[in-house]
Amino acid sequence: MKSLFAVVVAILSGLIVLAGYFFSAPALLAARTTMLDWAVTLAGMAGLVSITHLIFGVHIKRLRESGSKRFFSLIVILVFISTLGAGLYFGPAHPQYQKVVTAVQVPIETSLMAVLAVTMAYSSLRMLKRQRNWMGVIFFLSVILFLVINSGALAFSADIPVLQELLSGFHQIPAAGARGILLGVALGSLATGIRILIGSDRPYSG
Amino acid sequence: MSQYEPLIGAVVVILFAVSVLLLSGKQAGKKASLIFRTLPGVNKLKRAVGLAVEDGTRLHVSLGSGSLIDPACPSGLTGLATLDRIGQLTSTSDLPPMSTSGSGGFQILSQDVIGQNAVVTNTRDRMDATLAQLAGVTSFSYAAGTIEALRESGTSANVFLGSFGAEAGLLCESAERLNSFTLAGSNSVIGQSVFLALTKDALISEELYVLPAYLGAKVAHQASLRVQDIFRLVIILILIAGAVFKVMNWI
Repeated sequence: MKSLFAVVVAILSGLIVLAGYFFSAPALLAARTTMLDWAVTLAGMAGLVSITHLIFGVHIKRLRESGSKRFFSLIVILVFISTLGAGLYFGPAHPQYQKVVTAVQVPIETSLMAVLAVTMAYSSLRMLKRQRNWMGVIFFLSVILFLVINSGALAFSADIPVLQELLSGFHQIPAAGARGILLGVALGSLATGIRILIGSDRPYSG
Repeated sequence: MSQYEPLIGAVVVILFAVSVLLLSGKQAGKKASLIFRTLPGVNKLKRAVGLAVEDGTRLHVSLGSGSLIDPACPSGLTGLATLDRIGQLTSTSDLPPMSTSGSGGFQILSQDVIGQNAVVTNTRDRMDATLAQLAGVTSFSYAAGTIEALRESGTSANVFLGSFGAEAGLLCESAERLNSFTLAGSNSVIGQSVFLALTKDALISEELYVLPAYLGAKVAHQASLRVQDIFRLVIILILIAGAVFKVMNWI
């Protein structure tokens, strides 16, 4: 059950941080900065707790089960222990430690990015099959149009005044669309924040 | 930033909060019945929830790789509210929903939400510590971890709600390969365009934030949806007035 104490603490903390953002009273600013520092520390601790849960709650459990996934879980656990050990010994800011971690992480994420590029290209080709509606057709045509415009294939338009102005106008369309989307996102974020601030939405039990 | 901007911000927040509180009241809720704009994806999700309960399959809610201390965290919090509601709707199922997240804060909160649901619906025996997982701490490691979790859990429907970027493409492709239904929404423009291109049902802009209201979560969700609509109308009027004033050279 949700504890009243947790709800009161959450609402008060939210109000103090929000008031510190809108009003520049020194006491409010000091309280806001301190609370945000606590939040960063707590977020770090939450990360540590979650990683521990991932290793001991998920992968150790999987080691006990039969199946080919055990091997990968074993690798995850061994790499986690060695990274943790090296991090504690050298310190996370040590250049050699950073170099080793980056040398593993960057190639893996780059490979995933390459897979993503192929996946996106292939899936985009199938988009019209998936979205057989006006939205899908307009989206598809817009993608083609802006790919052509941004590819530089229409560079000759600099010599044709009307075409140049037309293309310049087209360049404004994505910004206008993004602005509309972001206004909606801002309103939705405000609504979510307010629900949590007034205590009607409580994603914590306390 | 001008000296009036914080004041305007404070007034907007206070007006919004007061309006939500007023419309959340029982009397206000009784007086005005809500008519929702049809979102086909949400109707399909409701159907997928029903099918999951009948088939005994699992639903997956992905909260994205955003952190609780990011300005983008409201999208993840909306995902949590959706997880809560889906947990209630599937309380009669053998398999409670699972969740993946990309930050420690969201993983702990999602575990808490699933745990609370298990207590409320008296299904603690079906609780499993692996139902709320931290899939990865960077965007691509999160995608890789989530794909693995999807394959293992045998989910029949996925709800991607939170902070997603280009890595969402990998998740959508994986969900499609598993023949599972996907409803997706992101706070980022990149994530939204990827979802629109790669899924049948994408939530655009504020549609992401109204999903709990559409699923009938709480009165406050529906009240905030009404206030959101009123504020949107006001913003549209201000934008049109601004454009007219600019054309007329009055400002």
